Amino acid sequence: MAAEMEPPPLGDAGQTDFREIEDGEGFFVSTVTILESPEPSSPDPPSMPAEGISTNGPKQEDISLDDDPEDLFAEATEEVSLDSPEREPILSDGPSPAITPVTPTAMLTPRMGLGTAEMFERSLDELEEDESGDTFDMHIAVSDPEKVGDGMNAYMGYKVTTKTSMTIFSKNETTVRRRFSDFLGLHSKLASRYLHIGYIVPPAPEKSIVGMTKVKVGKEDLSSAEFVEKRRSALERYLMRTVKHPILLKDPDVMMFLESSELPRAVSTQALSGAGILRMVNKAADAVNKMTIKMNESDAWFEEKHQQFENLDLQLRKLHASVECLVCHRKELSVNTASFAKSAAMLGNSEDHTALSRALSQLAEVEEKIDQLHQDQAYADFYLFSELLGDYVRLITAVKGVFDHRMKTWSKWQDTQLLLQKKREAESKLQFANKPDKLQQAQDEIKELEGKVQQGEKDFELISKTIRKEVSRFEKERVKDFKVVIIKYLESLVQTQQQLIKYWEAFLPEAKAIA
Amino acid sequence: MGSIAAQLFSGLSRDIKSGSSLGSVNVDLQTDATLQVDISDALSERDKVKFTVHTKSTLPNFKQNEFSVVRQHEEFIWLHDSFVENEEYAGYIIPPAPPRPDFDASREKLQKLGEGEGSMTKEEFTKMKQELEAEYLAIFKKTVAMHEVFLCRVAAHPVLRKDMNFHVFLEYNQDLSVRGKNKREKMEDFFKNVVKSADGVLVAGVKDVDDFFEHEKTFLLEYHNRVKDASSKSDRMIRSHKSKSPHCLIISTCLGKFFLKVSELFEKTRKIEARVAADEDLKLADLLKYYLRESQAAKDLLYRRGRALVDYENANKALDKARAKNKDVLQAETSQQVCCQKFEKISESAKQELIDFKTRRVAAFRKNLVELAELELKHAKGNLQLLQSCVGVLKGDT
Repeated sequence: MAAEMEPPPLGDAGQTDFREIEDGEGFFVSTVTILESPEPSSPDPPSMPAEGISTNGPKQEDISLDDDPEDLFAEATEEVSLDSPEREPILSDGPSPAITPVTPTAMLTPRMGLGTAEMFERSLDELEEDESGDTFDMHIAVSDPEKVGDGMNAYMGYKVTTKTSMTIFSKNETTVRRRFSDFLGLHSKLASRYLHIGYIVPPAPEKSIVGMTKVKVGKEDLSSAEFVEKRRSALERYLMRTVKHPILLKDPDVMMFLESSELPRAVSTQALSGAGILRMVNKAADAVNKMTIKMNESDAWFEEKHQQFENLDLQLRKLHASVECLVCHRKELSVNTASFAKSAAMLGNSEDHTALSRALSQLAEVEEKIDQLHQDQAYADFYLFSELLGDYVRLITAVKGVFDHRMKTWSKWQDTQLLLQKKREAESKLQFANKPDKLQQAQDEIKELEGKVQQGEKDFELISKTIRKEVSRFEKERVKDFKVVIIKYLESLVQTQQQLIKYWEAFLPEAKAIA
Repeated sequence: MGSIAAQLFSGLSRDIKSGSSLGSVNVDLQTDATLQVDISDALSERDKVKFTVHTKSTLPNFKQNEFSVVRQHEEFIWLHDSFVENEEYAGYIIPPAPPRPDFDASREKLQKLGEGEGSMTKEEFTKMKQELEAEYLAIFKKTVAMHEVFLCRVAAHPVLRKDMNFHVFLEYNQDLSVRGKNKREKMEDFFKNVVKSADGVLVAGVKDVDDFFEHEKTFLLEYHNRVKDASSKSDRMIRSHKSKSPHCLIISTCLGKFFLKVSELFEKTRKIEARVAADEDLKLADLLKYYLRESQAAKDLLYRRGRALVDYENANKALDKARAKNKDVLQAETSQQVCCQKFEKISESAKQELIDFKTRRVAAFRKNLVELAELELKHAKGNLQLLQSCVGVLKGDT
């Protein structure tokens, strides 16, 4: 195979990128958000989780984050540093990354002259967009939860509406009805197909036996309504995340899920089914294996990333727990405010000075409204912030799973290599033992194993490459996600404060009117 | 824990600016030149607080025009009880005794903080420590203010200010040797209270001849209960408001790893929220607590008057019986006279006292409610500005 020293023609956009990079910056540190902010951000803000990043090259000048408003979210992403010379260049392969690219294994010299990894990323993204013909424009809504059936066999049906202008879909707008197990079935299919080759498949919302039983039994109370709403919102987020992934979007199962009116019932998702038990057994086996595999990490990037994700996981969990506490406390505050409002009203009633009495009743009203405000705010806290954090905690688990698959792939490759070695030794022994047919057999086996070893190496390289891409995409998505949600959350806080101001401004003249 | 507590509790002396806190609960206290009392300093030690009571007076019965003594909480209580037990003052609302300085909650929190020192980061720890210190200081200031208000009310009262015990309290610069009540005395007190409340119920059942007092009685009873209720609810509300703070703190430190600006924002809004809770506490909860105690004092006044009325009526009946039997008539007459005088004396002053009480109450509520509303507005506007500017920055980043 031709030792390709140049990437396949990417189209104009790609070329100019390369040229820019070659001229302009060094090929060392820039963050992935180079796409979002023109200036490079400071490489290693001390608050970054992965303190171990060592950049060999000249550091970019330390730009104080506070001064540079555009870099607000820059520090949130990790760097892709090109320290390790053994790092394989991420070739931009053809249009669809699912096709195994021609990665010459012999070519290990890093493409120093070709700029940073993200430039590849960008060109790849553009390629993907070009390929599908239009930009990502899709909106999925999950709505209208309706209880179908009765008793313990009842389930909630959800309406899934897809609105898109993308050409790969047959219609602009599709509506189907799905139930929870359909979502789980979709996820399990995607996971079995893509997880082991390194794609980060968004995890589905969790099962909840308690919640569902309440709904099935028909308890029409606040907590079961909340449960249904929580689930509906989680399902919507799950679908949106799944389709945002360019590879998963094109998966036939996804399209079938979104478009076809009838889906075969996904029985294997039931917890107590045969498949469910098999899953549990596999999980246990995986956990044991993970502990026994000692991977010889030749690529520092993966080591760093792994560490980063561990730290991120910890931080997010802590944050999530805190936000949940906050929600609790706000609800408590709302309850107490309501009871105080009632009490103040009673006090106003018994006060015999008329103006003061009126003022006290007004105070009671104000407090009541504030109580409602607190409730709404708690609702926002929860749905905006807390659920997002929960989603990301689960996503990070998926990411870690992908890293684990890479380890497994590596270990499989190594095992095959060891086996090959043994067979070779056996063969050389047989050479002296003068057993022609056994010798032939051994040689055949060796050929077979050689092929397997090559395949194993290819697989490993492929999964490593895919993971790199996925991680950077994940990072971008994460920053975007968080940013959007935090802005929304802050806006909800703004609204609360504005309402508070309105209420107290209305009360003030009443208080002043007490003669 | 030891080190932190030692830092805070030993030798914490603060110059107390009494002016503003005085007005927060009570207004219209005539501070005329003849007698001015304030607490100029306070020292907090292991488990007691020493108040420096400073007096300025032109009255002839004091040896000097300006002098200071050091007093402890028990001595305030002694003074208050001496008023209550004095029959002469039965017709006045006795200013309620200041509550005991209570740093237990603060101490507990400090202890928990000390224990949990290992589990949080340095910055979290210092932040929480600062907060707890501020809280401790606030409690300290409040207890000083409560003691001062008590003294000022006494000094402003036309009759009570002339009390001998009060003058001794102000002037005698040695320890008054007032020990706290021992167990037996506390039990006695407890039983006395039980008897008193039973009696109170009886007395309250007697219909009053005077409409004014009848009305006041019913009003006060209801009012007192409701104030108690409102006070406890407002306490709870403010406590849950305060308890949000530590979580916001953790959130802001976690976020700091991702989004610097947002975590700064949360830090600032958290401080504002803490201020809101503190202000609510000051303007609303303290107000209600104080009037809870004052309305109890007013109820006590009514009880004493009711008691005197019952005694008077009993004396009348006894007199009639004595006259009928023509036995011990003189004795019955004198006791009836005594009761009558007592009753009338109380009624006279009680009426004025209750009217004053109402005026004071209305004025205090007005002041506090207005200030509460203004502070809430100020903080909400501050919060709003912070949030809006942060949102603007974040949005502009796209």
